[in-house]
Amino acid sequence: MADDAALARDLLPDRFADWFAARGWAPRAHQLEMVAKARAGRDALLIAPTGGGKTLAGFLPSLIELMDRPPPNTPRGVHTLYISPLKALAVDVERNLMAPIAQMGLPITAESRTGDTGQARRQRQRIKPPDILLTTPEQLALFCAWEGARLYFQDLACVVVDEIHAIHASKRGDLLALDLARLQQFAPNLRRVGLSATVDDPDVIRTWLGYAPEDGGGRAVDLVRGPAGAQPVVDVLLSEGRVPWAGHTAQHAMQEVYDVIRRSRTALVFVNTRFQAEFAFQELWRLNEDNLPIALHHGSLAAEQRRRVEAAMARGELRAVVCTSTLDLGIDWGDVDLVIQLASPKGASRMVQRIGRANHRLDEPSRALFVPANRFEMLECQAAREAIAENRFDGDPARVGALDVLAQHVLGCACSEPFDLVALYEEVRACGPYRALAWEDFEAVVDFVSTGGYALRTYDRFRRIVKGQDGLWRVRNAQTAQRHRLNVGAILSPAVLSVRLAGRRGSVGRKIGEVEEGYLELLEVGDTFVFAGQVWKLVGVTSLDVLVSPAADKDPKMPSWGGSKFALSTYLAQRVRELMYDQAHWQVLPLDVREWLEAQRDRSRIPAESEMLLETFPRGKRWFMVCYPFEGRLAHTTLAMLLTRRLERMGAAPLGFVCNDYALAIWALKPLDSLDFDSLFAEDMLGDDLEDWLADSFMMKRAFKGCAIISGLIERRFPGTEKSGRQVTFSTDLIYDVLRRHQPDHLLLRCAREDAATGLIDVARVGQMLARIRGRILHADLDHLSPFSVPILLEIGKERVPGAAGEMILTEAADDLIAEALA
Amino acid sequence: MSAAPRFVYDVAASACGGLRTLVAGVEVLLRASGALWIEKRRTLVAADLHLEKGSAYAARGQMLPPYDTRETLGRLEREADALSPDIIVLLGDTFHDRGSEARLADDDAERLRSLARRSLLVWVVGNHDADGPAALPGEVVDELDIEGLRLRHEPQDGPQPGELSGHLHPCARVVASRGSVRRRCFVTDAERAVLPAFGAYAGGLNVRDAAFAGLFARPPIAAALGASRVHAVGWRSLGPD
Repeated sequence: MADDAALARDLLPDRFADWFAARGWAPRAHQLEMVAKARAGRDALLIAPTGGGKTLAGFLPSLIELMDRPPPNTPRGVHTLYISPLKALAVDVERNLMAPIAQMGLPITAESRTGDTGQARRQRQRIKPPDILLTTPEQLALFCAWEGARLYFQDLACVVVDEIHAIHASKRGDLLALDLARLQQFAPNLRRVGLSATVDDPDVIRTWLGYAPEDGGGRAVDLVRGPAGAQPVVDVLLSEGRVPWAGHTAQHAMQEVYDVIRRSRTALVFVNTRFQAEFAFQELWRLNEDNLPIALHHGSLAAEQRRRVEAAMARGELRAVVCTSTLDLGIDWGDVDLVIQLASPKGASRMVQRIGRANHRLDEPSRALFVPANRFEMLECQAAREAIAENRFDGDPARVGALDVLAQHVLGCACSEPFDLVALYEEVRACGPYRALAWEDFEAVVDFVSTGGYALRTYDRFRRIVKGQDGLWRVRNAQTAQRHRLNVGAILSPAVLSVRLAGRRGSVGRKIGEVEEGYLELLEVGDTFVFAGQVWKLVGVTSLDVLVSPAADKDPKMPSWGGSKFALSTYLAQRVRELMYDQAHWQVLPLDVREWLEAQRDRSRIPAESEMLLETFPRGKRWFMVCYPFEGRLAHTTLAMLLTRRLERMGAAPLGFVCNDYALAIWALKPLDSLDFDSLFAEDMLGDDLEDWLADSFMMKRAFKGCAIISGLIERRFPGTEKSGRQVTFSTDLIYDVLRRHQPDHLLLRCAREDAATGLIDVARVGQMLARIRGRILHADLDHLSPFSVPILLEIGKERVPGAAGEMILTEAADDLIAEALA
Repeated sequence: MSAAPRFVYDVAASACGGLRTLVAGVEVLLRASGALWIEKRRTLVAADLHLEKGSAYAARGQMLPPYDTRETLGRLEREADALSPDIIVLLGDTFHDRGSEARLADDDAERLRSLARRSLLVWVVGNHDADGPAALPGEVVDELDIEGLRLRHEPQDGPQPGELSGHLHPCARVVASRGSVRRRCFVTDAERAVLPAFGAYAGGLNVRDAAFAGLFARPPIAAALGASRVHAVGWRSLGPD
């Protein structure tokens, strides 16, 4: 402690020390360490749990430097640039920063700039930059594509990237890394600071954050660790009602969830999809006899409505908010004392972040309650709980920077100022995600930006960037630059339609929120559905609006629940397999789940941790093959597609398949029990079979569309007009087909293939799994279905289940299957 | 129950994957390529080729793949090879814009000249190419009457028995229980027909759009283009976008 105090005296100016003292605080060790790193001119990554004074630690060095800065003779540029992945967070941090600045009377201006910032303020920020500018990656990309960028940022001393764990492993992360390298050109002494929640492998983020030019001059990023914080207290709800065999809604436990909310001050109820959010919100209000203020927050709600909920939350007026990942990141919520996770957590790290939303004080443990919606999820919740207790997390692997993002960046650079090809290549290679970029690929990207990169060189006269007499590349004209700036960013939201009240005589009323196009495909005019916590009737769909009217229907139709879009993390899946195999461990599970495992053991098999269980059995007139890789729905779907192709070739005549996060089932008219499973699951299925299937799949088209938009082949926006997502869908599919036939090795097709293989079909995971189970398939040849197979069989034909009638059908079906499994 | 007797469409699958049907009593074949074949006069009709749409976008800075013209002409050549038409009618908007013909690659222009040597090439003019071709061979007309059918680019309002037109780029969204697909289509009420766009990059307009509303005397059917055959779809199975 004495050392800390001495250190504090040395590092903190009096004004700061007094400020800490006046608030009854002592500067924390990691805050001081960040000041020391800055003084030594080092780049630093701070890893600390929520509530550790992380944001202040990031800004403290800048505040100290700015305090001592003599008043300028001429207007100065931005000193510290803060980047947050969330607009709302940038605004929130601006507010939180104003307090110490005001209380210490520091001569410092701090302003946020997001997509929502008004034109006047933007203009002013350009002419008279604030000392600290708080913004988003997209706004930074816009800045970097502006002619004045170099001048504007030449005084930049520090860039702070917040919530870095949430952004580094994505295309937004690629773009941000490229823009950080750009800033480093404008201000070579720029110091980089990263703030991250606890992660499994900090080195991945250190590499991402670091600047390492080939010619040396690169600096390693120092790691600063915050205090560990109190261990969270995580409970799994051992429901008094029995844990259901299948389903995603946790309806069985809603009364208990409600009771827990009633006993808490403020609870955040996390769910995995917006359907689950709507459902849980409805259910909780059905039970809400005390009229507790319970609110709903998800990405489809209108922005004003979300903001109202956030404000009420900040004022402490709410007892619970049902929310999706929209509240995953660090906006300060004040008095949350309990986090409830409804349905499966999917990964330990995400859970730790969510749990961190409760209780922003380090010394008190955060409390969380897991509510599994089915028996497999009970295993998963238990495994996640144990992983959290052991501080073991699942991490994102390092990413290779995407070439479509690079294309956008290259055009942005040309819009800002002329560039030298080799210098830009070196600059790009200094970024973490692009360390391994080959010169040929870089050249191909530049050619793509210039002419589209086609073997048929007919567009040379239409070049978007041109090489001048001086050997430098510049944008062809002002229109090209203007259009680029309208299309900056690497966020791809699916095409969305506004949900609006239908007015009289076809007029269009108030906006209630937005839905993704796909949501509507299961609804017909006249159907009722739940949205934004109310029941609506679908009146009609125009090109951009979904028109609805309020409905009194107590029994709305629910479009497919769709499970979780997050895959079960590899790490958690492994823990689930371990838990399942270790019979002594079953003691921690509730009785009915234990009985289910015992029934599985007695009637089929329990696989060893390294094995994959594969069951075959007849049922009705069909023969089933069910296997349990635990690799997530995405990987299972890919695997099932490939297996079905193989089974067809083997003459096994497969009729259909279904997948969930834990298992996949394939059925046929002939017995499947005497197949050679080792060769069926041989790894070579990821060769030609995969390519054949992928080339024609909608996944490739969807991935291509994303790459086409990010790379600037297709424009999201033209000046003055907005293209609806549907129009984009249509034309990119046509372009995909033509390009595939005429130039199958085109850069964008390569990009799309990469994206589809990673994001949409999870090829890597299938590959790892096939390698893992080689020679380790445990075949249980059964004469009827097993207890494990019940949940997956219940998924068959589950789409389009209307309201309660559907639930009833489902319940009956479940009872039948269960009786059969236990017979 | 509707009081009016339901009209029964005379539609039959053809061995080539197309659909045979009657327009104002004249037998036509709706081809899976999106072209229409009038067997009796050995006439092939294709609408809205929009040649050089890719380069039109490229000139404005959007570098769409420059392969649309050869893709579209390749499709037209395959139809010509399969049917050996006496007449090929290009039903307007054959070029995407006025500069298209000048931007045409030499080999693509040669393919058009070659088609004109094999068949009589008739250019019906449209709104995108109101003057017809400047240098390419063939006859340029506003409208054309064949076998009692009237071929023009843009459908005219009100009853037009026997009219074959393009311009609208009809597309059908076919809704089934497990999802929906959107395909180019012919749309006809047996009195007149609107052809789908033949061009590789031509977008589509849903047949439920208001632009189609005044054209048909009865609920029309859509003949949606599948991979190798044409599917007749009743009005009630067609969804909005």
